[in-house]
Amino acid sequence: MSGNNDIATLEEELPLEALPLDAWHRARGARMVGFAGYHMPIQYDGIMAEHGWTREHAGLFDVSHMGQLTFSGEGVDAALEQILPSDIKGLKPFRQRYSMLLDSDGGILDDLMVSRLGADAFDGAAIYMVVNGATKYDDIGWMIDYLPDEVVMNHMADQALLALQGPEAGEALGALIPETADLLFMQSGLFTWRGVPLWISRSGYTGEDGFEISVPADDVTLLADALCALPQVKPIGLGARDSLRLEAGLPLYGHDLSPAVSTIGADLGFAIQKRRREEGGFIGHARVMRELADGPDAKRVGLTIEGRLPAREGAKIYAGGAQVGEVTSGGFAPTVGAPIAMGWVSLPHAALGQALEIEVRGKRIAAVVAPMPFVPHRYRRKA
Amino acid sequence: MSRYFTDEHEWIDVEGEIATVGITDYAQEQLGDIVFVELPAEGTTFEKGDDAAVVESVKAASDVYAPISGEVVESNSALEDEPALVNSDAEEDGWFFKLRIADTSELDGLMNEAAYKKFVASL
Repeated sequence: MSGNNDIATLEEELPLEALPLDAWHRARGARMVGFAGYHMPIQYDGIMAEHGWTREHAGLFDVSHMGQLTFSGEGVDAALEQILPSDIKGLKPFRQRYSMLLDSDGGILDDLMVSRLGADAFDGAAIYMVVNGATKYDDIGWMIDYLPDEVVMNHMADQALLALQGPEAGEALGALIPETADLLFMQSGLFTWRGVPLWISRSGYTGEDGFEISVPADDVTLLADALCALPQVKPIGLGARDSLRLEAGLPLYGHDLSPAVSTIGADLGFAIQKRRREEGGFIGHARVMRELADGPDAKRVGLTIEGRLPAREGAKIYAGGAQVGEVTSGGFAPTVGAPIAMGWVSLPHAALGQALEIEVRGKRIAAVVAPMPFVPHRYRRKA
Repeated sequence: MSRYFTDEHEWIDVEGEIATVGITDYAQEQLGDIVFVELPAEGTTFEKGDDAAVVESVKAASDVYAPISGEVVESNSALEDEPALVNSDAEEDGWFFKLRIADTSELDGLMNEAAYKKFVASL
């Protein structure tokens, strides 16, 4: 057994922690599971019903396990541009961007959202970042190693995070905070609700219109109660969050993204703006430039699947007799009404329309490389 | 007809030499929305404990074991069109397959309904 495995075993044995809404979820009948070191609600009424509710109304997700960080100090933009491939200097106040942490080989250490605060939020810090829950402590360690002393990073462990997602999310949040109606996709702002400061961005990870709301842990129960008292809103578990984001074609870190894969192959080149590609100066730049010039070895693709048998993560993908890839996320897509998958396929077999086969329990099922998203995004953009 | 239960959450109705097998209401509740059921072909023979069927929920695939040894004489074709029958009627119309029982003594170690209810309550 390797050292890495020993560490993994140790981590699994650490007791799970309770998040601020733990009792709230249990009181509403959530089934709780261990995820990213916390007890998390996997479902309430059932994944199909919750998925459908979010697509038609508004679902409230507790994503407090995710890491919320702020950055302040002299030279914070330049320092962050060393470790993020995205344009931070050009990020305007109240704007948000999708970005990644890359290692020196250009492999993906995490994907994240970065925003410029530009308000009196979070003690006047300049930049706010949300990283994945399972990777947050590794991310913090990585950034501590690379950030200069002048930049102060704060992990806001006492801040909860809610996501309100769905076509009625705007109407629902507007009932509590009318000013949020002005936000467009990837914009954010500081709002006040009953005296509680809320940092709200119009974003999420379901493909639907919606918001992510950063709220002090002490006030999150009150806010969750107020939201779920609205007729449009029901609490939704992580099971439906996963099926929603898969239909939206959004990759999940630790599954579709990992240190073994690169941004260009992952089709995340949009996160690296032109100036950054040209100027470089970030960790992993060489791999990005090489793949932009020569193409990646493999690509992340969407797969539609014939029949009703779902192909799960780890299922091997074949073109004739040769294995050409592997499924990294897969399951039954409630809105599509059929199984779908996301996977990595070697470049010659990654073109749209490419016919492939996936092996599920010794059987080969037919699959086709398909455009993503599987369900159209409904973000609220400028008309 | 007598009904038996296993600690793997299967139920078995025995009528003469034929056993009808399904998963319990508790099991379907745990699995959540069922979207696909893979059933054994007629004529397949199982030893007790063999993998006999697979239940796919939205999230995951779960194996169903043969609770006793025998030969499959029928699979529930209704589940092909409507796998959600397992959610709505796990212990009647949502049955999986029928076996010709190879060894009736294997039934001796199984639970009756009262014992199974007690077992579930202890989980």
